[in-house]
Amino acid sequence: MKLWLSGFLVLLAGAAGAADFDYGLKAQRVADGVHAFIGKTEDFAPANGGNIVNTGFIVAPGGIIVIDSGPSRRYGEQMRRAIVAVDQRPLALVINTHHHPDHFLGNQAFAGVPLAALPGTIKGIGEEGNAFAENLFRLTGDWMQGTEVVVPGRPLQAGHQEIAGRRLRLLALAGHTEADLAIYDEESGVLFTGDLGFFERAPTTPHADVGRWLAALDVLEAITREPGFRAIVPGHGPVARDAAPLRQTRAWLNWLQMALRRSAEEGLDMNETMARAIPAEFAVLPLSASEYRRSVGHLFPGIEQEILEPAR
Amino acid sequence: MNLMTGIAAIFLAVLAIVRPALAGQDEVDPLASPRWADMRYLFPEGVTLRFDPRVRVLAPAVAENPLQVPLTVDASELGPVSEVLVFADFNPIVEVMRFFPEAAPAWLGFRIKLQQSTPVRAAARTADGVWHVGGTWVTTVGGGCTVPSAKAGSPDWQARLNQVSGRQWSRGAQADRVRLRIEHPMDTGLVAGIPAFHLDRVELHDAAGQRLMRLQLREPVSENPVFTLRRGAVAGPVEVRGYDNNGNAFHARIAP
Repeated sequence: MKLWLSGFLVLLAGAAGAADFDYGLKAQRVADGVHAFIGKTEDFAPANGGNIVNTGFIVAPGGIIVIDSGPSRRYGEQMRRAIVAVDQRPLALVINTHHHPDHFLGNQAFAGVPLAALPGTIKGIGEEGNAFAENLFRLTGDWMQGTEVVVPGRPLQAGHQEIAGRRLRLLALAGHTEADLAIYDEESGVLFTGDLGFFERAPTTPHADVGRWLAALDVLEAITREPGFRAIVPGHGPVARDAAPLRQTRAWLNWLQMALRRSAEEGLDMNETMARAIPAEFAVLPLSASEYRRSVGHLFPGIEQEILEPAR
Repeated sequence: MNLMTGIAAIFLAVLAIVRPALAGQDEVDPLASPRWADMRYLFPEGVTLRFDPRVRVLAPAVAENPLQVPLTVDASELGPVSEVLVFADFNPIVEVMRFFPEAAPAWLGFRIKLQQSTPVRAAARTADGVWHVGGTWVTTVGGGCTVPSAKAGSPDWQARLNQVSGRQWSRGAQADRVRLRIEHPMDTGLVAGIPAFHLDRVELHDAAGQRLMRLQLREPVSENPVFTLRRGAVAGPVEVRGYDNNGNAFHARIAP
């Protein structure tokens, strides 16, 4: 009886630890007027409340440009307060880089501020947003309380644009999803890659087209060779001062594609492919084992179909 | 481990302790499923069921996509097996398929739809009439049986219905392996307005005319099923024949 009771108390104490639902967001300065909130390189869990993602903001003359809004209403609210702690200018625009839930479910907290995204992202959030939100409730629990999907209303065009008096280069790419926006701030030389760039964390592939993703990485890496380039804020993982996140993401995708093709060529089925060892170079990345298995689920059916021949 | 899984684990542990009294003379279910007592009704009365680690069911512990959960069933260690029943305790349609190995060993890879987290099991019947049961728990977000098949969004699925693609391997570690894919929506009938429409029988013969295996498929087998099996000793083309529950028949030959 005593054992049961003490076990119950331990559970209660664990729950109380997260009861204030504080993400502890602190802006990290990347360059003059450019800041990022760097999430944990973990998977969604009640312990992290979904703070596994990078968001950021740019302080422009005409107001603040917010890049991604995080995994929940609470995150968005706390992010907004953390931005005010750095600069009190009004918010000019919130941009969602793509339609994955950790990048847009904080939108609610930015009521009154225009929300913008690529047309494909707007469509994706409209179609799949609610299913994503339900899944995050399941994965992170009460952190998500009160979170509802807000679909961005303003479609973004690619190209050089002046937003709130700041020159930004908007790159409409694809490969991680159907529509992936990367943002290059020409004044500071900071490149926000969205989830086209993962660093020190294995990439995720639920909507990936690996060929298009690799092509997008080439476009982004060309920017890092421009004289003004200063830093990369990847979608997940630490800020880098060189192209390392892009190279690491490319190396993982190249290996993944090759490994799955080889497995299909050898006649292995999905379970046998999942059971294969990951080379040491990639095994050291956080979440490599679970992301590899997830990726087999996402990508193997298409790859195995390529090697089966019509039978008559 | 969060609070809910903690409570669920305690609940299951308690069930595991009390179940033998409920389920008569059965052995304790190694998967501690509260549904195990009901699973008995899948089998004729009086037959012997035995939990047997030689019946291996390979599946990911966590399956992200409930529409395509890979399973590999291997009962070949038992020796001759006449029938293998594959089932999932918590699926709305419990029975997934039966396969009847003849010239091929009792080994089959395929994918299934799951509605929620569940034990997935295979029961293999040996010549003495005993059913040997193996299985594993699969955790999944679920909903796999009650969403429309992808064919709903594809205009030309009817033109490709029952088309077979496949390949044989004759060298290397997978030397007697056959893999094949059959285009079929495999609708479960659990989506409003979409009747059950699924492959029913599939038979495979080797070049000597021996039947390798007979499959009796049910709704939970995934859309556009992919099967992996071992051909056995006879090299040469493998013939595939079958029909769905609407009587659409097909016949194809997989070249060696």
